[in-house]
Amino acid sequence: MIGILDLGMGNLRSLSNAIDHNGFDVQVTESQAGFDDFTHLIIPGVGHFRAAMGAVLERQLRPPIQAFAASGRPVLGVCLGMQLLAATGTEGGEMEGLGLIDGTVRKLELGPDFRIPHVGWNSLTKTKDHPVYEGLKQDRDFYFVHSFAMQCDDRADVLGETDYGGPVTAAVSHANVVGFQFHPEKSEASGLKLLENFCLWDGVC
Amino acid sequence: MLKKRIIPVQLLLDGRLVKTNRFGEYRDVGDPVKSSRVYSDQRADELVFLNISRDQPNVKPLADVIAAVSKVAFMPFAVGGGIRSFDDAAFLIKNGADKVVLNSIAYKDKDIITRISERFGAQAVVVSIDARRSSGGGYVLKSACGTVTEDITLAGHIKACEAAGAGEFFVQSIDQDGTMAGFDIPLIKDACRNATVPVIGCGGSGDYNHLRDAFLESGVSALACGSLFNFSDSNPIRAKAFLSNYGLPFKVV
Repeated sequence: MIGILDLGMGNLRSLSNAIDHNGFDVQVTESQAGFDDFTHLIIPGVGHFRAAMGAVLERQLRPPIQAFAASGRPVLGVCLGMQLLAATGTEGGEMEGLGLIDGTVRKLELGPDFRIPHVGWNSLTKTKDHPVYEGLKQDRDFYFVHSFAMQCDDRADVLGETDYGGPVTAAVSHANVVGFQFHPEKSEASGLKLLENFCLWDGVC
Repeated sequence: MLKKRIIPVQLLLDGRLVKTNRFGEYRDVGDPVKSSRVYSDQRADELVFLNISRDQPNVKPLADVIAAVSKVAFMPFAVGGGIRSFDDAAFLIKNGADKVVLNSIAYKDKDIITRISERFGAQAVVVSIDARRSSGGGYVLKSACGTVTEDITLAGHIKACEAAGAGEFFVQSIDQDGTMAGFDIPLIKDACRNATVPVIGCGGSGDYNHLRDAFLESGVSALACGSLFNFSDSNPIRAKAFLSNYGLPFKVV
């Protein structure tokens, strides 16, 4: 069973439809109930770091999420959900994240020719090999919508980058945890492929 | 490199797809779920759904359409028409919308922009602006499906909505709507100059040359098309094949 965490922060229906479309059982949950039944946990989200992290804390979800990750089962953060994996967020003031990836989420700093938010299809340059990339070609386009991005402390945690006024972290991974800044559930065939690979992954690199 | 976007616009009236001409004369053009699946196969970049039924008391029918479409098309959806409250917007997002499109309410209530933006992020708020060329030059902005004149300039409205938290603008020419005679490029340029967030231009595309001219002359992030894809055998794949010859970048999936 693939679990999707509902923090009340946006469109989860597309993500659960995409998992279902790939042939996996999926359950959306607002609490830690069901965590024991999940083989994989997905943390989605759009919106504001402080608001989303606030929702995590209010529902007392930080310890169970960290315990889930510590169990070795695969964890995926999508968009804001990826940003929540970081040690620190800065949107709305500095705030501690889930701490599953060492890094800080900062506002994109771009030249005058680059509009913010970064909205639209941009290419994913794979910066290392990973089981979730199985069968995915280099520089395929994915759908991005964000104004903040993660900066990893350890370059080895960067899984992929995109180019928007310079390199922007597009995907991260550390042990059994991965994060996508783009929306795989909104990225047609390539996105569905990544989600399928994640759902088939045993969490071992 | 960020790609240019081509976005089919689907107008909904009582659960059916329709197409207007200068905001009037509705024609039935099909079923939104089937057409969305086709647009997905044709490599459209995003879909815009606008409910133009004026006597609709709530956004429930629109949410039903989006919920069904989100099972067959794995691409971004912007959804609007008749959103009157934060709860309307949240309900649409919960049912599969990635962005909500605000038009009339954005003139009256900037607070709704701010509330949606703070909860779901600025990228979730698209402000749609319907503009008509003014006899004295420039543009007048219209709300309520083109029936009410608003007393604010294009630049003034864009600045105010951005300050409130809008993440994108959808700028539509009423004069060009359904004419297939080309985009109002000066209007699109005006919007791009005044906005710091991305702009989607709409209204008047009749062939691929119109798309080329608007992309190259205005630098706009995205162009939206209704009639071009509703009525001709044109489609997003062919449009992109043509436009690629002019150095315009499009997605590869």
